Amino acid sequence: MKRKILRVMVEVIAVALALAIFGIPLSYVVTNAGKTSVEAAQMSIAPAAETRYIKNFSEVLATSNHMLLRAFLNSTIITVVSIAMLIGVSSMAGFVMERRKSRAISWINFLVLAGLMIPPAVVPTIWVLKSIGLYKTMLGLELIEAALAFPFSVLLYRGYLGAIPRELDEASFIDGCSGLDLFVKVIFPLMKPVSATIAIITSISVFNDFVNPLYFLPGAKNVTVQLTLYNYISQYLNKWNLLFADILLISIPPLIFFIVFNKKIVSGMVAGAVKS
Amino acid sequence: MKRSSIALAAAMALLTVAGGFAADRQKLVWLQWANDGAQKNLDAIIAAFEAKYPIDIELEFKPGSAEGENLVKTRIAANDMPDLLSFNSGSLFQVLNLEKNFVDLSNEKLASRLVDSFKSTVSVSGKGVYGIPYQPIPAGGILYNKKVYAQLGLKVPKTWKAFIANCEKIKAAGKVAVIASYKDDWTAQLLLLADFYNVNVANPKFAQDYTANKAKYASTPAALRGFEKIQEVFTKGFTNKEPVSITYDMAQAMLASGEGAHYPMATWVLTSINQNYPDKINDIGFFALPGDSADKNGVTLWMPNNISISKTSKHIDAAKQFLDFFVSPEGLAAYMSVSTPDGAFAIKGVKLPDNVFPAVKDILVYVDANKTAPALEFLSPVKGPNLPQICVEAGLALKTPAACAVEYDRDVEKQAKQLMLPGW
Amino acid sequence: MASTTSKIYSYKFLLPAAVVYLIFFIVPTFLSFFFSLTIWTLSDWKFTGLDNFRIFLTEPSLNVGLRNSLVYAILTCGLKVVLGFLLAAFLSANLKTKGFLRSIIYFPNILSTIAVGIMFSSLMQPSRGLINVGLAAIGIQGPDWLGNPSLALLSVAMVDVWKGVGIAMTIFIAGIMAIPRHYYEALMIDGGSSFHKLRYITLPLSRSSMNSVIMLAFIGGIRSFDLVWVMTKGGPGFTSDLIASIIYKQLQGGFYGISTAGNVVLFVIVSLLAVPMYRFLTKAEVDL
Repeated sequence: MKRKILRVMVEVIAVALALAIFGIPLSYVVTNAGKTSVEAAQMSIAPAAETRYIKNFSEVLATSNHMLLRAFLNSTIITVVSIAMLIGVSSMAGFVMERRKSRAISWINFLVLAGLMIPPAVVPTIWVLKSIGLYKTMLGLELIEAALAFPFSVLLYRGYLGAIPRELDEASFIDGCSGLDLFVKVIFPLMKPVSATIAIITSISVFNDFVNPLYFLPGAKNVTVQLTLYNYISQYLNKWNLLFADILLISIPPLIFFIVFNKKIVSGMVAGAVKS
Repeated sequence: MKRSSIALAAAMALLTVAGGFAADRQKLVWLQWANDGAQKNLDAIIAAFEAKYPIDIELEFKPGSAEGENLVKTRIAANDMPDLLSFNSGSLFQVLNLEKNFVDLSNEKLASRLVDSFKSTVSVSGKGVYGIPYQPIPAGGILYNKKVYAQLGLKVPKTWKAFIANCEKIKAAGKVAVIASYKDDWTAQLLLLADFYNVNVANPKFAQDYTANKAKYASTPAALRGFEKIQEVFTKGFTNKEPVSITYDMAQAMLASGEGAHYPMATWVLTSINQNYPDKINDIGFFALPGDSADKNGVTLWMPNNISISKTSKHIDAAKQFLDFFVSPEGLAAYMSVSTPDGAFAIKGVKLPDNVFPAVKDILVYVDANKTAPALEFLSPVKGPNLPQICVEAGLALKTPAACAVEYDRDVEKQAKQLMLPGW
Repeated sequence: MASTTSKIYSYKFLLPAAVVYLIFFIVPTFLSFFFSLTIWTLSDWKFTGLDNFRIFLTEPSLNVGLRNSLVYAILTCGLKVVLGFLLAAFLSANLKTKGFLRSIIYFPNILSTIAVGIMFSSLMQPSRGLINVGLAAIGIQGPDWLGNPSLALLSVAMVDVWKGVGIAMTIFIAGIMAIPRHYYEALMIDGGSSFHKLRYITLPLSRSSMNSVIMLAFIGGIRSFDLVWVMTKGGPGFTSDLIASIIYKQLQGGFYGISTAGNVVLFVIVSLLAVPMYRFLTKAEVDL
């Protein structure tokens, strides 16, 4: 009995602490996003005198000629395209790198592992992009996002493929499948779960990415949601209500992902981390 | 996901179409500072212009300070410049490779209206005119609250010593003697920059030698004074609490209300104070940054920031029309319909109205007595990019003034080398 | 079988990867060694030897980033490991609310860094911000979190931990779940306390997840600058600048050669610290 009371108390304290540390900051943002700028400047967590979410949201959306709408579209395109490229490129590479053992492969392995640690060289990358005409284009950024996520995703594919028996490949080969057939018809479909994991995790990180668009996609036309938010910091000048309203708007897509794919995200994170 | 992106695409398409229906009006994009205090005045010019010509001006905003400068550099490198750009005149502007990136206006009629001292700050070794004055001529020094001065029976100081004595009294009266708004770090450098009149008096060849890599902040006592002064107001406890959390905006409120007595700043702040605290603008006065000798007291003048046209613009003629309108009597009338200017215009034949702000009248006293010097950035192409942060270091006493000066000299060296100036 | 191997697992599969990864990652990395030795305008360069490195390493505003990045990486990494592990151990127990707790602790990860930075800039405002108002309510006068030069970097690091501890926790939980039950049962029979369980079973058997967390957090910490950039811009002065923020500032200022030299310095640091660390950790894991 005593143990049980103790346990309930511990749990109550834990929940209270979690609410204080994680819940309050989040509800602070949500509450203040619906206030007037004068009221938000009080920086209080008290409920708004009169909630005006719709007004604030539409003001945020209307800023700079509906920049945020354009940004949403851009960020969505960048996320979708870079993930499609990433999955195509890394599943094929992971396939060969897992199945084949040779000197060349171990070198490639080394390069890929290095990519997990080495910081990307910013200016030379800009120079490369400029030289091939892809600087400050969405395609350029998409390729960069794919290249930077490549090592991690190859690792996931290799790890997963390790559990698929080779006999399967050989059987298909004897049936007259070519290497490509085998990959497209047998291997890739088998790897669906890991592809899904990669797609989910990477889409949140690409959508939320601030640094790479800052480097490789400067300029107003190609703005992404995170850059828009960043630019609004100076433009809104302490109009916290609008900044927070912007935060709420651009957190919706990752939030939906989080709710729908909660388990997948977690298991994917873990798989990736443990493998690396 | 798919459906929402389709909806978004549809919304975008609608927006584009809506834009297209606006008939045959041309559109100019103007990259402008966010939150400029005189934005309402500029809006008035834009409105008058749009009413008269079939051209629309769309504003795009950039932050102030180094970040805004860097954004412009990035966009030039990316070949992604809007039609019109607001930018600092002088050394910061020269860095942008004017001949290559901006339209030369020297053959336009409007160029003849500009005063020569301004033109030299938007040209390349005397050639070309790459911008028009964006604002009245600013002066840098100390803006002060006259009510506080009257209450405490203080007199406008002509020497640094007298200034410090005033500060002591203000501090004793429980007020902030010197407002420090280091959250907007560009404001930290104003005291040093405004001190240049005093540097120039002590050492008339400084600008020249400095450009030629012969004079340094660290080894020129008069120049070093700037860093010392920034630090002195902090170590003597004259500045407000939490200077790093105070923004430019908050500083204006403090000065207007009399919570703070002095604000080292340039006079462009007046328009903004007038807008936010119209009943307080007459309480604000101005005096030059005091030097060490009372009879050598004078003011450091800035040159107005400028508006330039990008060479990559597809509407160069429309842009020229706008600039022409901007400096025309009609444009200036629109500007002044919102508020009186916070200084003289760098445009010939424009008389200031009699009802200018008291602080502006204070400046004119120096100008009429011919006690002015241009700020260093209009005499030399070298300005280190990290001056704001280094001034914050001095202003919080994180480093000694001498160490800050050495650090700034290094920063300058980096810039001079990148510009490949001779002698570096 | 060798010929079949090369037929099925043709190197052609590597071609797309080669294009993307080589051109956009490996090539720039190698180029950086060259361009770090030049005054560079992107269209033109002039060879200057090691001058950029001299400037980078002697200019106080630049080399402060070296120290700060190390402090930042070690601090955030250490806290994420310790807190993440304790949270994981606690939330692996049979609690009614553990689903809720895990979710709310993980939640900040789906917010963007910019959003989190803005949020805490507001919360950490010295006079009116919620944190100091809360502290004042219990009689403590809170500091100027982001304005105090000796505190700014630490404040940002705390926010980083707030955002990232959920990932560490999740990885640890997975590790703990994989520990076979009978170890604990054996200890229970011997009369071990909860602390003993934690100390002698959970901790040593979480070694592999511990390594992952350490590597992820350390490398992330030493390479990142986005949170610092949003919250302090490296200030006051240069007191919270990180190597990566300095690299970015030089890039923006048009000092491409110096920026690239900074990149090379970061590369060297990562190679000197992270790689041996990885070796050491994985070796220790095998020894176990």
